Amino acid sequence: MAKVLVVTSGKGGVGKTTTTAALGAALAQGGKSVCVVDFDVGLRNLDLVMGAERRVVYDLINVVNGDAKLPQALIKDKRLETLHLLPASQTRDKDALTDAGVARVMEELRDKFDWVVCDSPAGIERGAQLAMHHADVAVVVTNPEVSSVRDSDRIIGLLDSKTAKAEKGEEMEKHLILTRYDPNRADRGDMLKTEDVLEILSIPLLAIIPESQEVLRASNVGCPVTLNNPLCAPARAYADAARRLNGETVPMTLPTERKSFLDKLFMRRAA
Amino acid sequence: MAPAPRPLAFRGRAFKALALAPEPPVADWLAGLDTLLKRSPTLFKGRAVILDAAALGAGSESGPEALAALVAQLAERGIPILGIEGVDAVGAGLPPLLVQGRPSERVEIPAAPAEPEPQVVTSITVEGSVRSGQSVVNPTGDVTVMGHVSSGAEILAGGSIHVYGALRGRAIAGAARNPRARIYCRKFEPELLGIDRLVRTAEDMGSTLRGKPAQVWLDGGNIKLASLD
Repeated sequence: MAKVLVVTSGKGGVGKTTTTAALGAALAQGGKSVCVVDFDVGLRNLDLVMGAERRVVYDLINVVNGDAKLPQALIKDKRLETLHLLPASQTRDKDALTDAGVARVMEELRDKFDWVVCDSPAGIERGAQLAMHHADVAVVVTNPEVSSVRDSDRIIGLLDSKTAKAEKGEEMEKHLILTRYDPNRADRGDMLKTEDVLEILSIPLLAIIPESQEVLRASNVGCPVTLNNPLCAPARAYADAARRLNGETVPMTLPTERKSFLDKLFMRRAA
Repeated sequence: MAPAPRPLAFRGRAFKALALAPEPPVADWLAGLDTLLKRSPTLFKGRAVILDAAALGAGSESGPEALAALVAQLAERGIPILGIEGVDAVGAGLPPLLVQGRPSERVEIPAAPAEPEPQVVTSITVEGSVRSGQSVVNPTGDVTVMGHVSSGAEILAGGSIHVYGALRGRAIAGAARNPRARIYCRKFEPELLGIDRLVRTAEDMGSTLRGKPAQVWLDGGNIKLASLD
């Protein structure tokens, strides 16, 4: 049975697209067939992060409108056999998505893949609501700072009221991914602590992604971080998250960069 | 020579009067009148009312004392009697005796107005949390929230507000002009509090109660805060 997962946050710039690419790739690396879908019509980015921007012919809008068949629009990843991308249109806007058209495309995707990972646009308007509407599972991406947390809270409210699951009276499965987490700054009180975020949002924690240069580096070369450098701290955190989504029990650790003995020595001196 | 006095001119005038015709036993009739007055309290306001005592017969119930008592009973109900007809004579101190009254058309008694909806107090309970952007409104009673009320969420209650988690959003109690409404929460971090149209923002609350269980009430037009511990 295919699962549709929406990656959402409310606030922009917190790491939805990075998370979509990294989780999608990690699920595919775990042997599942995966399609990542960009719902950010008009401001698409997932194609860039996936390194597929030069191979886009048809997009989600074409498939929704019936101008193209789904297989024509799907872009197969060059590194992972089982990973596919359904890109968004950059020239249209969110109003071009029809409810019925999106529902039909999501059904078709369910038939083809184990996991359908939808990258939601920022905001709470039509685009974000369509992206979450057909989801079975939601991953809420939050930075440890107050505005991001409050926006995530708003999104959780929408997940519980505006989705197909909610309308049927079922409970949407929700998980939190805390991104850009810097344990040193959290210790100093410069950012919200994990417990505080969890206390406010009260949904289960799926992963803590540490702040890392590796994330930016991977985006710039157009490769999900879990593929670009699977051993770096954020990649390991995303890989654990993917295993948890598949039902495995993985102890929650805060992955850190492996520092050399000398680094540690200097850190201690400096502190 | 003094001018001759001008002759006084008298003209007749006809008014339509409402004739009240009590029937024996008078106590029962008065009870029926009370029910009618309850339904339409303004029925006799501004009307000329005549007491038609013909139905009372020639017995003791139409005697001067009985009539005086009846007129007093009616005056007590705010029905002044202009005149009395249907008896042979009235005693001193009673309204004048009227004769030759002609029946006129029936006076329509307005239909009973719809019973005003009794104010039903309904309290509601939210099992989970109220998220940012959501609002729970219950103008007729209390609102109880088992979880948190997030920053950017709003609770509006006619009665009191009980939050068993953290109160981080807005809580307005007593919205139905109820100054006795209160707000209770397990963790006090609200953005805005209001009771009976008085409001206080987080900026004016100080930080002594922050994070503590607290209650909020109104005391002589001032919002008061206190720890529940």
